[in-house]
Amino acid sequence: MMKVTFPHMGHMWICLAAMLEYLGVEVVVPPPSSKRTLTLGARHAPEFACLPFKLNLGNFMEAAEQGADTILMAGGCGPCRFGYYAQVEHAILEDLGYNYRLVVLEPPRKHVGELLSKIKYITGHSSWWEVVRGIRFGYQKARMVDELERQAHFLRPREIHRGSTDRAFKRALQEIIAMKHPRDLPEARERVRKIMDAVAIKPRPVLRVGIVGEIFTLLEPFANHDLERRLGYLGVETDRSIYLSEWINDHLFLGLVRGLRSRREACQAAPPYLNHFVGGHGQETVGSAVIYARQGYDGVIQLLPFTCMPEIVAHSVLPGLSNKLGIPTLTITVDEQSGEAGLVTRLEAFVDLLARKKGVVV
Amino acid sequence: MTLKVGIPRALLYYYYLPLWRTFFEALGLEVVISRPTTKTILDAGLQNSGDDVCLPVRLAFGHVLDLKDRVDVLFLPRMVSIARREYICPKFLGFPDMVRHGISGLPPLIDPNLNLYRKDSLYPFFAALGRNFTSNRLAIYLAYRQAVYTQTRYVQLLEKGFFPEEALAVMYQGLTEGREPGGDGPTVAVIGHPYNIYDPYISMNLLSRLARNGVRVCSAENLPETLVREQAARLPKHLFWSLGQRMIGAAWHYLQSPGVDGIIHVASFACGPDSLTGELISREVKRRGKPFLNLTLDEHSAEAGVVTRLEAFLDMIERRQFLPARESV
Repeated sequence: MMKVTFPHMGHMWICLAAMLEYLGVEVVVPPPSSKRTLTLGARHAPEFACLPFKLNLGNFMEAAEQGADTILMAGGCGPCRFGYYAQVEHAILEDLGYNYRLVVLEPPRKHVGELLSKIKYITGHSSWWEVVRGIRFGYQKARMVDELERQAHFLRPREIHRGSTDRAFKRALQEIIAMKHPRDLPEARERVRKIMDAVAIKPRPVLRVGIVGEIFTLLEPFANHDLERRLGYLGVETDRSIYLSEWINDHLFLGLVRGLRSRREACQAAPPYLNHFVGGHGQETVGSAVIYARQGYDGVIQLLPFTCMPEIVAHSVLPGLSNKLGIPTLTITVDEQSGEAGLVTRLEAFVDLLARKKGVVV
Repeated sequence: MTLKVGIPRALLYYYYLPLWRTFFEALGLEVVISRPTTKTILDAGLQNSGDDVCLPVRLAFGHVLDLKDRVDVLFLPRMVSIARREYICPKFLGFPDMVRHGISGLPPLIDPNLNLYRKDSLYPFFAALGRNFTSNRLAIYLAYRQAVYTQTRYVQLLEKGFFPEEALAVMYQGLTEGREPGGDGPTVAVIGHPYNIYDPYISMNLLSRLARNGVRVCSAENLPETLVREQAARLPKHLFWSLGQRMIGAAWHYLQSPGVDGIIHVASFACGPDSLTGELISREVKRRGKPFLNLTLDEHSAEAGVVTRLEAFLDMIERRQFLPARESV
């Protein structure tokens, strides 16, 4: 029986593993992305490949140590490089002597059957009805994790005891991970609510910052050096332009779930700054910055991996947007060379600037 | 007074100049092309664009600035897609917006979308473009036909072995011979984005430097489109970058050509598509064992370093002629 692995992207593994395990697929979750992952990936990846590529590659190498033999990955049709990741990563792994089977879920070109047959290949004997229930289960977990993250963003700058939010967050996350069947959902939801309600907070002035940018660096705390937590400790309540469940809804369910934020709104807000899609999340980045400005946020932070093409285009138009809408922006580029101290200094300076502009002490 | 349309000597200028120029001139407009790249032009571009933007785009900013005060309108088409199910690169999709927000005091920009992602005909693009200047549909259609005809001739010249500037000289300055058949030295294929290898300032005279050393040079542009695509179709998945298609297809073709002694891959620093296509090319080259040089260009490239590496590369080719043939390749 095959042992399926997939690349890490923040908490995505929780919902992917839930879905696959529900369908009886044996899953090898790669060890959480770490310095070692990055070192392994960066050693064998092309020099100018972007950070997600290098981390993906490292994930696969570490998962192989634990016995994984099949890679499950998403594809794409460009112009962002992600659409060709799987093929190049597979070529590199092959040259290194790894023996991986590669299953790439591509947006179907000719017939939806191409995609369905690949899903069937992974899920084996499960009926389509079961597959649909599995996907639904994974999606529900994604919704819960996102809700939990939103709560943490609110609580962190207001908590009385430093670190209490993070401790509660970890425990609540364990509850979500431990859930094995959709019927356990209501109870788990209740337990998560109780854990988070127990965090003691006090009302105090906070700054609000919207984080926009490339999806992987937004969702993966290892890649962005725990940006949201750091900002929380500096007295900043954050929101970000992409949550996993919104992304799933936009790209897999074609926006069928109502009541969620959608990329369409973001793209519509991007002109006149960026009038055309540029691949990846470039236009969403610009549009979300506009939306945050309209909603009265105090600042916007853009996150991108070094050499990320769509975000570089977005970065080029952000200064003009910042001037016109009067919202300070900070762009943070990450790669395997990024250091923590440099980031902390820049964040502190940015937060100081926002606090002075607003006339509050945080 | 005729209206002056500015075309920067950058990016896809090397592919499409005859197409644009013929169209505008047929409509009675005057075409102004920015001057060949100099340090001044590059520096102006560097000052007006972001640090993380790649060299070719920053250079294009410089060429836009060179034209800024000399023309009535600037022609910066948004090159979304030049072939079915393919793009060029995200920066080509956003280029007009980057320029608009990066440079102030610009003349009006004409930036229609050229998008062949789902269709094959260029006419809608030209119809929209022409309406900026005239309401005479017949004139637009005739100008379009003439433009496509001239472009076909240009591509034929490239496939005969001319490089873009030589082909343009043949077409517009009446030169008949173009270049000499080349020296008696080895044959080297230079693979890279046209705006890197054909801009002598950016490539540090790579092509003429090779020619001076008696090297016969060929490039991806000298191969017919169908051949390049046939080769690139061997990839495990359709490559969605048109320039990447051309580079990979050409590299693989030249790898199999016994007459080609070595391959030089030219990329600009931090080029996104090249980071992956370059990797695929160099892995294939390693398997087949042909001399290979990977040159990365940026605004800090120094001539001495490039010269040293080129010399070492040519020495390597020369020495191989005296080595016994390897069995495996």
